[in-house]
Amino acid sequence: MGDYIILAISCILINNILLAQYLGNCPFLGTSKKMETAVGMAMAVVFVLVMAGVLTWAVNTFILLKFNLVYLRTISFILVIASLVQFVEMFLKKSIPALYAGLGIFLPLITTNCAVMGVCLINVSEEYTFLQATVASFAYAVGFGLALVLFAGVRERILLARVPRPLQDTSIALVTAGILSLTFYAFKGMV
Amino acid sequence: MAKTLAQEFVKGLWEEVPPFRLVLGLCPTLAVTKTVENGLGMGVATTFVLVCANMLVSMLRKVIPGKVRIACFIIIIAAFVTLVELLMQAYTYPLFLKLGIFIPLIVVNCIVLGRAEAFASKNNVIRSVADGLGIGIGFTLALGSLGAVREIFGAGTITFWETPIQLMPASYQPFAFMVQAPGAFVCLGLMLAVMNLIGSK
Repeated sequence: MGDYIILAISCILINNILLAQYLGNCPFLGTSKKMETAVGMAMAVVFVLVMAGVLTWAVNTFILLKFNLVYLRTISFILVIASLVQFVEMFLKKSIPALYAGLGIFLPLITTNCAVMGVCLINVSEEYTFLQATVASFAYAVGFGLALVLFAGVRERILLARVPRPLQDTSIALVTAGILSLTFYAFKGMV
Repeated sequence: MAKTLAQEFVKGLWEEVPPFRLVLGLCPTLAVTKTVENGLGMGVATTFVLVCANMLVSMLRKVIPGKVRIACFIIIIAAFVTLVELLMQAYTYPLFLKLGIFIPLIVVNCIVLGRAEAFASKNNVIRSVADGLGIGIGFTLALGSLGAVREIFGAGTITFWETPIQLMPASYQPFAFMVQAPGAFVCLGLMLAVMNLIGSK
C-alpha cells in the first residue's frame, strides 16, 4: 500500500506531467485563460486518462506482447485513445447530458493531448503492473488538473497587471509557467 | 489570393514558424531542446513526418469521407511516425535513446495534424509538400535555436555529432537553470518576446 502512495505522490508532484515532463502543454496554455475552461479540461483529462491508461495497458500486455507486435504500439495506442474519446463522448451525450455539457468541447481535444498518449507510453516503458498503471494514470491526471487550475488562477491575475508589450499573452504565460515549474521543482527532495 | 509555391514554403520560416507564431507543438519544443543536437534531430524527424503525411493526405483528400477525416489523418501520421521510429532505432540509436518517448509522441504533435487538416486536405500535392517542408524547416530551426541558447548558457558548449565544442571561457559557471524544466519555459517565453519585439518594428 505504501508503495502505491509513494508512486501517486511522485506522479502528482515530483514528476508532474505538465511542469516536469513537459507533456500536454498545448491545452495547458490554450485552456488556462479562464478558470472555467481550466476546470472543464482538467475534469475531462482525469476522466479519459484513467480509462486510456487501463485500456492501453491491457492492449499492450494481452495483444502486442503476446503476438510479438510491439512495433505497432504507436498506431494501436492512438487508435485506442481516439476511439475511446469518441465512445465516451457518445455515451455521455446519451446517458449523462449534464456532464457532457460540462465537458463540452474539451473531450474531442483530448485525442491530440500528448499527456494522454505520453502517460500510456510511460506506463508501458516503466513496465508497471496493472494496479500500478491504474494508480499512475490517475495520479498523473490529478497532477495535470492541479497544475492547470493553479496556473489558470495565476493567469487571471496577470490579465489585470501591466505587462510590457512584447511579453504579452503567450510569452508572459510561458515565463509564469516557468516560475510555477520552479515551485514544483522543490518537491524533488521529498522522496 | 493564390500564393506561389515559394511563398507557401517561405511562410513556414518566419510568418508562421510553428512553436513561436502558432504556439503549437510545445511539448517537444520544451522537452528535447536541452542540446542543439537533440533539437535538430527532433526537428528533422518531425519534418519527415510532416512532409510525408501532408503528401499522402493531399493525395487522398478526395477519397477520405469528411466525417471520419480526423481519424484517417491520425492513422496516416501514425504510420509515418512508426517508420521514423524504426529508422532512427536502426541508424541513429544514441539519438533515439535521448529523444525517448518524444518520437512516438510526434503522432499527437498538433503541428502535424494541424497542417493536414488546415492545409493538405484543401490543396494539391505539390503545394502541400512545399507547405510541409517550409513548416518543418521552420520548426527545426526554432528547435535548433532554442537548443543553442539553452545549451550555451546551461553548459557553455555546443554539441555536434557527440563532440562538444567549448564556447564559453573555462572559468564560466554553467547556468544550470537553463537546462532544467523551469528554464525551458522561461527561455521559450523570452524568445517569444524577442520575436514579438522584432516583428512589431
